[in-house]
Amino acid sequence: MGNKGRRSLHAIWPSALLVLILLAAWQLSVDSGLVPEWQLPSPITIVKEMAEVWPRLMDNASATVSLALIGFAGGALAGFALAAILHLIPIVRKAVYPLLVVTQNVPVIAIGPILTIWLGYGVLPKLILVWIVCFFPVSVAMLNGFKDTDPTLRNYMQMIGAGKWQLFMRLELPNAVTHLFSGLKIAASYAVLSAVVAEWLGADKGLGHYMILSSKGYEPARVFASVVLIVLLSLALYGLVALVEKLVIRWRPVKGEVRS
Amino acid sequence: MSTSALELKDIYKSFDSGSKQVLDGLSFTVAENEFVSIIGPSGSGKTTLFQLIGGLEKPTSGEVWISGKPTTGSRGHIAYMPQQASLMPWRSVAANIELALQVAGVERKASGIAAREWLDRIGLLEYADSYPHVLSGGMQQRVSFLRALLSPQPLMLLDEPFGALDALTRQQMQRWLMEIWEQNKRSVLLVTHSIEEALLLSDRIMVLSSAPAVLLEEIEVPFARPRSPQLWKEPLFNELKQQIQDLLQ
Ligand SMILES: Nc1ncnc2c1ncn2[C@@H]1O[C@H](COP(=O)(O)OP(=O)(O)OP(=O)(O)O)[C@@H](O)[C@H]1O
Ligand SMILES: [Mg+2]
Repeated sequence: MGNKGRRSLHAIWPSALLVLILLAAWQLSVDSGLVPEWQLPSPITIVKEMAEVWPRLMDNASATVSLALIGFAGGALAGFALAAILHLIPIVRKAVYPLLVVTQNVPVIAIGPILTIWLGYGVLPKLILVWIVCFFPVSVAMLNGFKDTDPTLRNYMQMIGAGKWQLFMRLELPNAVTHLFSGLKIAASYAVLSAVVAEWLGADKGLGHYMILSSKGYEPARVFASVVLIVLLSLALYGLVALVEKLVIRWRPVKGEVRS
Repeated sequence: MSTSALELKDIYKSFDSGSKQVLDGLSFTVAENEFVSIIGPSGSGKTTLFQLIGGLEKPTSGEVWISGKPTTGSRGHIAYMPQQASLMPWRSVAANIELALQVAGVERKASGIAAREWLDRIGLLEYADSYPHVLSGGMQQRVSFLRALLSPQPLMLLDEPFGALDALTRQQMQRWLMEIWEQNKRSVLLVTHSIEEALLLSDRIMVLSSAPAVLLEEIEVPFARPRSPQLWKEPLFNELKQQIQDLLQ
């Protein structure tokens, strides 16, 4: 364990160093007057500002986090359910799958204003937006996972008499778990962002709302503080999914492990 | 007359709407607790024959009977050991065995007990909860064989079970399988490319021609059981080997 920790430290120190250098350069260029502080607040100013408005930031962040999490969970669940239905009913799959792939490439965030027209400024249109954003990557990944089973395993299951449902439960579903996590990771990295965008469209709370407010009030340090927090939240959600994946998928051969 | 474990009645099979004739009127039986091997050139239709017996494919004409019942085109009547161990990577070794038994209708609890008891017998109990990827190829095939042996279906189909193993492991596996089978007899149909393997293990050998496959010869292997691994030293062994080799030329 300690060995592993040291190794991962070994792996990230060049990037960590680079980040430190960039931060220092940023700080210096602001301190030396190269860039005016109202355009680009220095890192230290941003951290100070964060500390100062921390309660308000947290208040708004909690709204954004719950929007992102509920949207993420709902979207993932719906994506999973749709994928299962499409997979089990081939004719529906044939009709829907191409549309699914095409719509996946539509920048979903662009429909935000339409949702606002239809559903007003409440929480529902925002939730729907996050939900849709998280829905697509999960459903497409799962569909591929259901389909992409090892043909020798499939043949084995059929030879010993497994029916369609057993094939699904014992082979296709477990096989799709790795795909599920790659879909969840994509959804996780979009969830917070889409929640923020949804809040831009009109909200009385949330980091998106706070950003707009700070921007209109000429408070660049606060805008940056929100951005930093958004990035951290997004990374945290992604990290959480990656962690759960590590815990769930333990059957994969560990790299470098020697076969006995 | 007791019912045969397997009876093939005049099986014809062609692909691509008849343009590709693969099996040409194949008929033979496997008696209860008999070990029968099929030898034939590559592409002669052995795997296709297994797909027919397993019910995954339907013959163009002819019938498959298992344990005295017509089963043509219906699944679930056989236990199966393929060339690749085909263990689910996300299931532990024991859980893989249990899966095969449960698909065949064995109760969860009984399948768990049987899996562990037999893993113990073959000396792999310490791997019961490991994932398959930590096992060597030979060990994986032992698990794969065990899974088929424990399945309740009366007929076992083994499709080149040792084809992917190195020569030394292969020999060990043949002896291992022979020993277990001689103590726990089941009806077996084995596909192999190795004449020695067929002679060592089987009661009878079916020699097929290349496509479209017909039965060239049915060879009785008269060696008494339990058989010695040194069987290849006997003159009759080499005579039979030569005979099969000539047939396959
Ligand atoms: N679904 C299919 N459609 C068309 N042709 C097929 C199909 N399945 C098998 N064949 C053909 O049938 C022939 C027999 O194939 P099969 O795999 O049964 O041979 P085999 O005896 O098992 O060969 P090997 O010893 O190499 O395993 C081959 O020519 C193969 O191309
Ligand atoms: Mg074959």
